[in-house]
Amino acid sequence: MTPTLEVRNLRTHFFTRAGVVKAVDDVSFAVERGRVLGLVGESGSGKTVTGFSIIGLVDPPGRIAGGRILFQGTDLTTLSEEAMRDLRGNRIAMIFQDPMMTLNPVLRIDTQMVETVLAHRRTTREEARRIARDALGQVGIPSPEERLHAYPHQFSGGMRQRVAIAIALLHKPDLIIADEPTTALDVTIQGQILAEAQKLCAESGTAMIWITHDLSVVAGLADDIAVMYAGRVVEQGPVDEVLDAPLHPYTLGLIGSVPSRNRRGAPLRQIPGMTPSLLNLPEGCAFRARCPRATDACAAVQPMITEHRPGRFARCIHPHLEAAEAA
Amino acid sequence: MTVYLLRRLIQAAGVVLAMSLLVFLGVYAIGDPVEILISPDADQIERERAIRSLGLDLPLWEQYLVFLGKALQGDLGRSFVFNEPALRLILDRMPATLELAVGATVAAIIIGLPLGLYAGLRPDSAVSKAIMAGSILGFSLPTFWVGLMLIMVFAVQLGWLPSTGRGETVEVLGVRWSFLTWNGLSHMILPAINLSLFKISLVIRLTRAGVREAMLMDYVKFARAKGLSPNRVVFVHVFKNILIPVVTVVGLEFGGTIAFSVVTESIFAWPGMGKLIIDSINVLDRPVMVAYLMVIVLMFVVINLVVDITYTVLDPRVRLEGKA
Repeated sequence: MTPTLEVRNLRTHFFTRAGVVKAVDDVSFAVERGRVLGLVGESGSGKTVTGFSIIGLVDPPGRIAGGRILFQGTDLTTLSEEAMRDLRGNRIAMIFQDPMMTLNPVLRIDTQMVETVLAHRRTTREEARRIARDALGQVGIPSPEERLHAYPHQFSGGMRQRVAIAIALLHKPDLIIADEPTTALDVTIQGQILAEAQKLCAESGTAMIWITHDLSVVAGLADDIAVMYAGRVVEQGPVDEVLDAPLHPYTLGLIGSVPSRNRRGAPLRQIPGMTPSLLNLPEGCAFRARCPRATDACAAVQPMITEHRPGRFARCIHPHLEAAEAA
Repeated sequence: MTVYLLRRLIQAAGVVLAMSLLVFLGVYAIGDPVEILISPDADQIERERAIRSLGLDLPLWEQYLVFLGKALQGDLGRSFVFNEPALRLILDRMPATLELAVGATVAAIIIGLPLGLYAGLRPDSAVSKAIMAGSILGFSLPTFWVGLMLIMVFAVQLGWLPSTGRGETVEVLGVRWSFLTWNGLSHMILPAINLSLFKISLVIRLTRAGVREAMLMDYVKFARAKGLSPNRVVFVHVFKNILIPVVTVVGLEFGGTIAFSVVTESIFAWPGMGKLIIDSINVLDRPVMVAYLMVIVLMFVVINLVVDITYTVLDPRVRLEGKA
């Protein structure tokens, strides 16, 4: 069966006056029906740009410079803007990070929902309102009929994110790209939304890309994980295996910097240094300056993404194979 | 909403009262009208009779109270020069100024909004750069010079448009209007353009800044991610947000346009309030000056109120307690 989404060697570059910023450089992954892919990385690692590339909303000076994005077998990079617009909000939906900013402050909730229904379905305004109301009820908003009349500022952050999710669900999309949708919310709300997202995927067979920098969110939610660093996927595989026994030193560093009950009292390990500027990435492995296992060989060539174990991919010359074997 | 309106009205009354005192004192300080009004040949008895008949023999505070008492009954005094009620003189001229100011404001919106929108959506195009350069000219060229140039080009050299007066007028509801006759409208074009040039530039720059800011907002990206057409994104999502600052500034500017249409009215011999006030200041016609300033104060207060109310309609976040 073809996966819902397959990204092959995607390159999204920003052509600025200072030079070419390779925000996404040779990224490949696939998401199947009903599964969740966690796309993890630090700020500026290219995970959000990857999401915008899929939905076709990369703004100039950025553009997709290469690769293929196969959505149910169709290459999205070859589609016209019109055809893309038909898919957006319809078959592919996106949820943004900050619920305080994603809803238009001067338009009522019903306006913002009904326009989304009518953008993709020929139906009456009343019918569109009914669909909108049901969607609000579905994400757990009490008395949806009344809340349709409200403006965004009359909702709390968690409720606004639910509204945004309801909008994303209006057309029962095949793929949802969620760009850190719980980062701006407090922990209890975060838990509720994660649980609902998981339920949704399992029930409706929607594929989901969950972009986050929070490994603990991915651990509980995702089936697969792709770790990005400096615009490239450095490690990829089933989420449990990757988190238990990471192959790439960067993944190991990320896991080490998450507070854990097992290491209570001990100082958190951190990854030394900073993410490199994407403008002038050095030759060879982009992580080598911060990597404890780096050797001269790392500077010479850009490591290829390699399948070190079945289903376990890493972009590293010196992967932690010994840990993977022990696991 | 009713409570809010009531509070605003009380505030407005306070502002008008304070202004009346300031205006009265200010005008009193300018000079003694007796020197201008009474012929130098008049003898002492005649002088004193004139002073008494004008009420100028009373102490200042008493003059103010008399003025205030009469003002509350709608009597702002009689013009020394025309020997007519000052208020009527002003109200007679007001339609001329109003139609000029409204014309200028409408032109500013009709011309300024689309240009600003274009410049905001395509900031790097050559046309946008030309629009922005033009708006700088609109800001910085002095009104009187532009007025004279307009007359030179369109009235004198090309002979397309008349340069002075209101032209033919039609009486509607007891008021004479120029814009209802073709001839009157043609008389209005040049002064209205002259008056609106600054405002057009203002609207262009405001709109452009608003569009450029709004386009970067998440809600615009989210609207695009919903698959809306570009037209809907721009004309509903972006437009409604940029209207907020534009309405505020254009509304407040409207009062300024009326109050300071003096220059344009003088150049184009437009018989409005601005020309009246200049003539009155020249002959120290105190009642007219005071009445003019009071009318302007009232107008500002009303405009501010209207802007505030419009604002609450446009921006739900400032909508006041209770459902509007």
